Amino acid sequence: MSENILEMHGISKEFTGVKALSNVNFKVGKGEIHCLIGENGAGKSTLMKVLSGVYPYGTYQGDIVFEGSVQQFNKISDSVKAGIVIIYQELALFPDLTVYENIFAGNEIKQGGIVDWNRTIAEAKKMLDKVKLDVNPETLVKDLSVGKQQLVEIAKALSKDVKLLILDEPTAALNEDDSENLLNLLGELKEQGITCIMISHKLKEVISIADKATVLRDGQTICTLDGAKGEISEHVIIKNMVGREIEDIYPKRLNKSFGEPVLELRSWSAYAVHLGRQVVKDVNFHVKKGEIVGIAGLMGSGRTELALSIFGNPKSYKLQGELLVEGIPKTLKHPSDAIRSGIAYVTEDRKGDGLFLIQDIKNNISAANLKRVAVNGVINDNEEVKETTEYKKSMYIKASSLEQVVGNLSGGNQQKVSLGKWLFVGPKLLILDEPTRGIDVGAKFEIYTIMNQLIEEGMSIIMISSELGEVLGMSDRVYVMAEGQIKGELSIEEANQESIMQLATQ
Amino acid sequence: MEFINEAKSLFKENIRDYGMYIALFVIMLTFTIMTDGLFMSSRNISNLLDSTGYIAVLAVGMTLVIVIRHIDLSVGFVAGFLGAIAAILLTGMGIPFYITIPIILVLGIVVGLFNGLLVAKFGIPSFVATLAGMLIFRGALLQVTEKTGTIIIKDDGFNAIGNGFIPSLMQVNGLHLLTLILGLLAILMYIYSEISTRKNKIKYQFEVVSKGIFIIKLVFVSAIISYITWILAGYNGFSWTVVIMLLVVVIYHFLTTKTVLGRHVYAVGSNPEAAHLSGINVNKITYIVFGSMGMLAALSGILFTSRLQSATTTAGTLFELDAIAAAYVGGVSSAGGVGKITGAIIGAVVMASLSSGMNLLGVGVSLQYMIRGGVLAGAVIFDVMTRKKRG
Repeated sequence: MSENILEMHGISKEFTGVKALSNVNFKVGKGEIHCLIGENGAGKSTLMKVLSGVYPYGTYQGDIVFEGSVQQFNKISDSVKAGIVIIYQELALFPDLTVYENIFAGNEIKQGGIVDWNRTIAEAKKMLDKVKLDVNPETLVKDLSVGKQQLVEIAKALSKDVKLLILDEPTAALNEDDSENLLNLLGELKEQGITCIMISHKLKEVISIADKATVLRDGQTICTLDGAKGEISEHVIIKNMVGREIEDIYPKRLNKSFGEPVLELRSWSAYAVHLGRQVVKDVNFHVKKGEIVGIAGLMGSGRTELALSIFGNPKSYKLQGELLVEGIPKTLKHPSDAIRSGIAYVTEDRKGDGLFLIQDIKNNISAANLKRVAVNGVINDNEEVKETTEYKKSMYIKASSLEQVVGNLSGGNQQKVSLGKWLFVGPKLLILDEPTRGIDVGAKFEIYTIMNQLIEEGMSIIMISSELGEVLGMSDRVYVMAEGQIKGELSIEEANQESIMQLATQ
Repeated sequence: MEFINEAKSLFKENIRDYGMYIALFVIMLTFTIMTDGLFMSSRNISNLLDSTGYIAVLAVGMTLVIVIRHIDLSVGFVAGFLGAIAAILLTGMGIPFYITIPIILVLGIVVGLFNGLLVAKFGIPSFVATLAGMLIFRGALLQVTEKTGTIIIKDDGFNAIGNGFIPSLMQVNGLHLLTLILGLLAILMYIYSEISTRKNKIKYQFEVVSKGIFIIKLVFVSAIISYITWILAGYNGFSWTVVIMLLVVVIYHFLTTKTVLGRHVYAVGSNPEAAHLSGINVNKITYIVFGSMGMLAALSGILFTSRLQSATTTAGTLFELDAIAAAYVGGVSSAGGVGKITGAIIGAVVMASLSSGMNLLGVGVSLQYMIRGGVLAGAVIFDVMTRKKRG
């Protein structure tokens, strides 16, 4: 155990002006299970992408020493050749191919350019035995549960003579039994001499399995904890994860007064047919007039699904429970119903399903409420320009003109257009999903300022955020979600980084 | 100096639109020179526009279908089939043309809505759904014309749509009076609407182009309208086909640029998920666009059948591809959300001009296809390049 299989020295990586990693040092001993921990955006994934060659040699500073020699990976296949295999959270399997085809995809057993399927199947069986997966190799991957798919991914890694296996949140989508299986398997692989790096948000898992744990925060290594010395405990990890003080970037609201509930959910559940699982479970929830309610939780905890199930259910979940808008039960079947009831939803993925990137600022802002500037279905161009100009100003959108195409704006300005689009609707309740993801501090401050103005005008806000600082800085009340459930409700006085993390990692 | 700079920047911003007009101008000029002016003769231009009609209305509908990221391959044989039905209603059943035409248009809408149903409700890729429609309507056309073969239409009212001209009232120096009057009205209306738009913008204190550029634009467009009017007035005046084509363009241009419905169509085309989350009913838009396509296919069938004064067993063959080509030459993008009605009509005129000019020059059919293919590819390359530059 004394020998290090991997040493990363002084790794720094920048994305157009934003430092994702600065001078990270990371050492992994041979044959150990090493957990990598940190908040969303702390730099864990970036570090692993540097290691696996997704970011080629030369695009980062620092050295990667693997098995005693400095490596220069230019592409992923270089790192695979060296024996480093990474398994991402979103599995990279071909759902319509069989298990054995998947295991040897890109690594086919062939003779003279022709695939030897019989040997492939035989080898695949061996790999499946190794990961204790008892399925017919000819099964299609899409017919397997997520847990079994994960095992297929590991079998695929084993077929490549893996020395260092990296798992990015392997249990995030698994149920408890599958998670336990997987963790046991990692223990067995360790005995076979395979080193493992695991990124995980579930601290209980980390404590039960890790030999060592390294905590990253804001792109820097904070500490490496040693399990053998009893250093790995929930308390220590959380303290190191969130250690920073909240900077004073959250503008204060002076007079807080809350009215009647604007939205209330009772025993609210959503079942995603295409995923075959419950994404929102038995949620009881309310937002009062003039209140900012934060929803904290880790990615995949069901926060976005909850928001979508409220906002006219665009993903066609099977819904159960009661939804009340200002005390009146409602059935919202389409986003247009939700909009009519005064609800607006600013998506977390502004480029994917938020904005019309090829259209200009004006058309984007007016898109959800053209009625406002139209008479009998005919748009009054001048009114439209006049009114959207006001939003461009009040949202602090920096652009040369209203006719600028939204795709060419910076992330922060895009987010402000997205927000402006929904304020143009004149909602009573605004759902913000990761309102400041991927934007700079200046734009963040502007968005917080806008939020406070809206509250003062009597609006209510639900803010979904992975950034604890933001949740604590802006919310009046916090719900913490995990596994589709609300694990706890905290008043802003009770809420702090530790108490939220504790609920989120249950 | 300032004036030239403004012109330059205007040109840069609108290079795609202007590029198309310039291309059309160059094509026309080239043919005019090569044919010693025959190309721009009244008779030829009149014929050219009449033969564009049935493709142009398809191109208008197709542009919207492509804008919402779909395609409709069935329109050619839908046009052929509905043309044959029109012929049967007129000759076999003796129904007057003013009743036949609405019936056919409604049937077209029904067919289009059915395509929309397959695409929106059942989620069948439009390419496949409308390919099936293409086969079905080809068969249907053969079936209804099987016994009779070509159906000759003797209804003068119907045949006038594809061959007749608006009444002249009286000839002035051998020119068609009503055509001149309509041309003049069009110019006056154009100038009035431009001036009132400008006044309105100034009232709202928005930026407007300088007076010089504004006047040049007015004079330029008016000159073009007068020139076309004058050419057509020298032959038989506006044909009914041209009148119908212009009506379709004006109505669709208005719908796409000025109405909520039009904005929703482009929203669905640029990002269907975002459109859905913006409260736009994406399925409804899909139905409307396919329904309008069906109606225009029916109109195309009427124009074509009436032009031939008969329904044939092969009517409609390859119309859909001509319409798609015209739409792409006109600047529509298969990535969705981009494409103008005016572009579609210019695209159709460009393609028709190429055919007409090459026919006058006696270019062989084989070479004609290749040249038209080259122009199509060139137009799309130009499109992609200019878009990249701006992006």
